[in-house]
Amino acid sequence: MKRVLPFIIIAAIGVVTIGSGAMLYQSKRARIAASTTVSGTPDMKPAHVRGEADAPVTLEEFADFQCPSCAMTTLQSIQPMEKSFGSRLRVVFWHFPLPNHKHGRDGSLAAEAAGRQGKFWEMHDLLYEKQNDWSKADDIHPIFESYAQQLKLDVERFKKDFENPDVAAVVDRQHEQGEARGVKNTPTIFINGQEFPPPFNPDRLHEAIDAAMAAKNS
Amino acid sequence: MEANAEIHDRFERARLVFLIITAVIALAGLADATYLTVSHLAGDDSVCGASQPCSIVLGSKYAVIAGIPTAAFGVLAYFSVFSTATLAAFGYVRARTFLAWIIAAMFLATLWFLYLQAFVLHAFCPFCLFSAAITFCLSGLTLGTPPSS
Repeated sequence: MKRVLPFIIIAAIGVVTIGSGAMLYQSKRARIAASTTVSGTPDMKPAHVRGEADAPVTLEEFADFQCPSCAMTTLQSIQPMEKSFGSRLRVVFWHFPLPNHKHGRDGSLAAEAAGRQGKFWEMHDLLYEKQNDWSKADDIHPIFESYAQQLKLDVERFKKDFENPDVAAVVDRQHEQGEARGVKNTPTIFINGQEFPPPFNPDRLHEAIDAAMAAKNS
Repeated sequence: MEANAEIHDRFERARLVFLIITAVIALAGLADATYLTVSHLAGDDSVCGASQPCSIVLGSKYAVIAGIPTAAFGVLAYFSVFSTATLAAFGYVRARTFLAWIIAAMFLATLWFLYLQAFVLHAFCPFCLFSAAITFCLSGLTLGTPPSS
């Protein structure tokens, strides 16, 4: 018995390892399948797209307008890539305001309200460029209204849309879409549907877009 | 003569304790490597949570060797350590030699993975550091195991 016992112990551990691994695998697959279904069900065509529809590479960004790394990533990495790749790169923006940013959601509402007058991207760029000016303000309304004026928007309409529950619902739906896709922090970037891990410096991003383009062409 | 027998018994008992500890620690490494392997095979990329350095390491090209998740080699290695330590504890003398060789190979592999994390990827993953700590413990135990009388 003593000579057989170690083999019984080893076999038991082997069986337990394989069994628990299989159970873990099944539960993970079930969770992933559920989240894929959720992300696939809502009618979530990207609301804000910059670039050609047939561009070989699509970069999606889930971001919060008050998040400093979102501003840095957009201004120092994504925008230079848009210039560098031109029509070969399409950029999609999704709102993902974080609860710990006091005005993150207000920034999204301002961009959406501007979008109702066809100037989403102009407001998007302005909010990031001037992030330091508004992110610490107590009352952001006069600041955002001055931005609306600067962009030659109908300011009264902008103010109404800023308070419009339908506009807020767009932001909330995009946030839910991000959660369903596993977004936890900002910025989160997907390149051709694949999550691209940080850091988001221009060199890494350039390399990743090149690789996605090569994969598309092969 | 009796004194020699007593020393021999003490050495044998100490060796047994060291081998049992080795087997138990190997089980912790086996759990860690199994979890990472299964997560990789299931396509679960939420293992790291919000930790960006962890995502960098587990999403790197070094996380896969010839199409096989690197963690799967860890599963094999820790299971081998557990098996050989168990056999050695039950008196299989050759198992002790195998155990030393397996742990030596794991020690070298761990140094290589630490180098990759520190100097190539500039990011560390907690699961990999846990595995490295276990391998270092196993190496220490192997070196500390009393020699055969």
